[in-house]
Amino acid sequence: MAEASAGFRVLVVDDSHAMRAFIRAALEEDHDAEVVEAESGFIALRLLPQDRFDLVVLDVNMPDINGLELIRFLRQSSVHRTVPVLVVSTEASAKDRERGVSLGADAFLRKPFTAAELVERVRELRERS
Amino acid sequence: MANVHEEFLAEAQEIIEALSRDLLLLDQAQREERQDPDLLNEIFRAVHTLKGVAGMFGFPRLGRLAHGLEDLLDDLRLGRVALSQGVLDVLFEGVEGFQRLLTETDDGEPLVDLAAFGERIAAVSRRGPAVRGDALARYAFDDSVLSVLTEYEEHRLRSNIEQGVPLYRLRTNFRFASIDADLEALKQRAKPLGEIITYLPSAEGGTGDSIDLDILLASGEPFAALSEALSGEGASLEPVPRAGEPATAPLEPGSEETVTAAPPARAASSTEETSESAPEASLAPAPSRALSAASPPAALEVAGPPVERSLRSVSHTVRVDIRKLDHLMNVVGELAIVRSAVARATERLRGRSEQRQLAIELHRVHRGFERHLEELQDGILDVRMVPLGQVFDKLARIVRQVARDHGKEVRLLLSGQETEVDKLIVEELSDPLMHIIRNAIDHGLETPPVRELSDKPATGTLALHAYQKGKSVVIEIEDDGAGMNEERLVETAIERGLIDEAAAEELSHEEALNLIFMPSFSTSTSVTDLSGRGVGMDVVKTNISRLGGVIDVESELGSGTKFTITLPVTLAIINALLVRVRGRTFALPIASVQEAILLDRDAVRTVEGREMLTLRGATLPLCRLGDHFGLSRDLFEADKQYVVVSAVGHRRVGFVVDGLEGQQDIVIKALGQSLRQVRGFAGATDLGDQRVALVLDAPGLLEELLSTTERARRELHG
Repeated sequence: MAEASAGFRVLVVDDSHAMRAFIRAALEEDHDAEVVEAESGFIALRLLPQDRFDLVVLDVNMPDINGLELIRFLRQSSVHRTVPVLVVSTEASAKDRERGVSLGADAFLRKPFTAAELVERVRELRERS
Repeated sequence: MANVHEEFLAEAQEIIEALSRDLLLLDQAQREERQDPDLLNEIFRAVHTLKGVAGMFGFPRLGRLAHGLEDLLDDLRLGRVALSQGVLDVLFEGVEGFQRLLTETDDGEPLVDLAAFGERIAAVSRRGPAVRGDALARYAFDDSVLSVLTEYEEHRLRSNIEQGVPLYRLRTNFRFASIDADLEALKQRAKPLGEIITYLPSAEGGTGDSIDLDILLASGEPFAALSEALSGEGASLEPVPRAGEPATAPLEPGSEETVTAAPPARAASSTEETSESAPEASLAPAPSRALSAASPPAALEVAGPPVERSLRSVSHTVRVDIRKLDHLMNVVGELAIVRSAVARATERLRGRSEQRQLAIELHRVHRGFERHLEELQDGILDVRMVPLGQVFDKLARIVRQVARDHGKEVRLLLSGQETEVDKLIVEELSDPLMHIIRNAIDHGLETPPVRELSDKPATGTLALHAYQKGKSVVIEIEDDGAGMNEERLVETAIERGLIDEAAAEELSHEEALNLIFMPSFSTSTSVTDLSGRGVGMDVVKTNISRLGGVIDVESELGSGTKFTITLPVTLAIINALLVRVRGRTFALPIASVQEAILLDRDAVRTVEGREMLTLRGATLPLCRLGDHFGLSRDLFEADKQYVVVSAVGHRRVGFVVDGLEGQQDIVIKALGQSLRQVRGFAGATDLGDQRVALVLDAPGLLEELLSTTERARRELHG
């Protein structure tokens, strides 16, 4: 895992494999990112302690462990306290979005979004941090 | 991003199928007046996901439909709209719409009227009055709990509190290695006892091989019973303190206060018993998240390779494009051809005495090669297999809808859903099956009043039964409806000019029923919307024979109709009998061969211009393949001939051939576009010795030879 720290590492947490594939393709192409996928909150929880990430992209509505719980987990963890979190979500619930922000999400992207929008939002986040 | 697009289609299809299954369960729950918030939420999430991905992969109309349904489902799961049969109808219609929109193209005709559907959604979305006190204030929730609840989770929490269901917090610790199975087991245990509101992972809980996880649970069960069912193995249960009560444990997972306030509750993950009965566990001052300070011995044993292990995926399945499997199968087919060539070369070597030792050795090597090749082939075939249940689920949805549309009551019985068939066959089966089922409900089953007049139960029965029979799969579709009126079938056929009256006279019961499979035959004077889209039973039959299968029908007036479809298990590779006819070699799929016998010319009789043989008491019509295909006879007339008895479904024919060349596995290649119309052949195959053989289409040939059309035509044209 030593060589991994050199690249831009992204954890994508979404229970839709099509969505993960889309995000992976976009970020690999334009940010030369190394994308790690997690299909559930549990898998994300399992991956996080083992690894460092430069960005976490997550969905709010997931079974069992939802995206909000993951954000809180990240913000309370000593390792991932400062990792930028991009929430990708549909506009179904304004409340969920509000909670995401107050828990410490850095940016939101509303589904559907284009690859270009995703790339741009990630670029902003990278410049900020 | 072409591959990503494929990912979308695969996922959308999966979601639609799962939705369909879940809606049927919801329908059932509604009829039994049960509420199932989990199921409703699952359905909401599926539509939500579909909406999200549809917009991103260029299906904006599908996205719009999903959006409309999502709002309705959101109201349903948040209790703002009550579930009714009317709502369910709209949901079922929506799933149907998703399926259609997946196949819609930009330049084609729109397949769904979104505006009209939107109105139907609006019509059922009347919200009930919202009465909402601040139920949450009744408990001493920490803000950090409330802040991670999604809107839906908060709603479930509220409605449980409003109904006076007590809340509990189950403190657990899961090992990553087995978290999926363990969590599933816990969910199963919790499900009959109450409702899981949310999971609260504690920060820094991941110590490498395990994580602390609190589960917020609502349950009306007595504490002792609940505790007994759920506690143990590192899990402990405590009630959530009510507002005003002294908090034994503040509701904030992962905070230091939790740990110091309730240390005995945090049993070490490896301890088998509850903390109360395991003093050494309660002596441990810190929870397992502080593993470095006081780790239980069991955790130390696995401390070595946690990084490697935990990166492994929990899921053990892969998603494969069927075309990749087709390619692999082709390679196996080529290998099989190479194998045959090696076998022949070995045979030749054997003939030479000086090479005998080498031949024996080669023969042994060849045997090993053959065995492994078979394993490889079986393995690939096995991967292609999917359970028929996939189609059955779709059909269940259709049954419900069609029955409602026609005011009929239908009980659907399914069996043999686990029977496995090649993925391609399953795909091609859904349309024919759907058509038969629509017909059965539309024309077969009577309305409840009519049924009661004939002393039948008001609810009609439609049974779908699948099972494997040798190398074939049989699907039976049986209804207890009105049955087919033989006389009317014959009349219609005459009216349509499909047969003449003389031919009609000679029809057996079975032949009369088979008239429904003739092109442009339809007993219904007006084509109803369901039996739909101008598709008749002839198309069903053609589709089934394209899959190498046959369809038979049995029916009795007044008591019902039964269709039996017999299909090969796979289309990818088949075992064939090679036969010689006037110097040429043909391949006949072994699945349709019953036996081969020597032709006894003296036993052949001619009845109405057709040659027959009596075989063990039953009459067997003969077909001289050489004559049938118009091969010139002068050069090759074998003195010894064979009869290959071929049977598909209920039909049997004896093919007269000049020689039998043995069995071989073959890969059928489609004939080119210009030859596709030629009847009697399923394709061609490479035999491996630079010879190509035509593969006989046994179901098609039997059909052609035995069909009443053929007989009628011959009579008409003299």
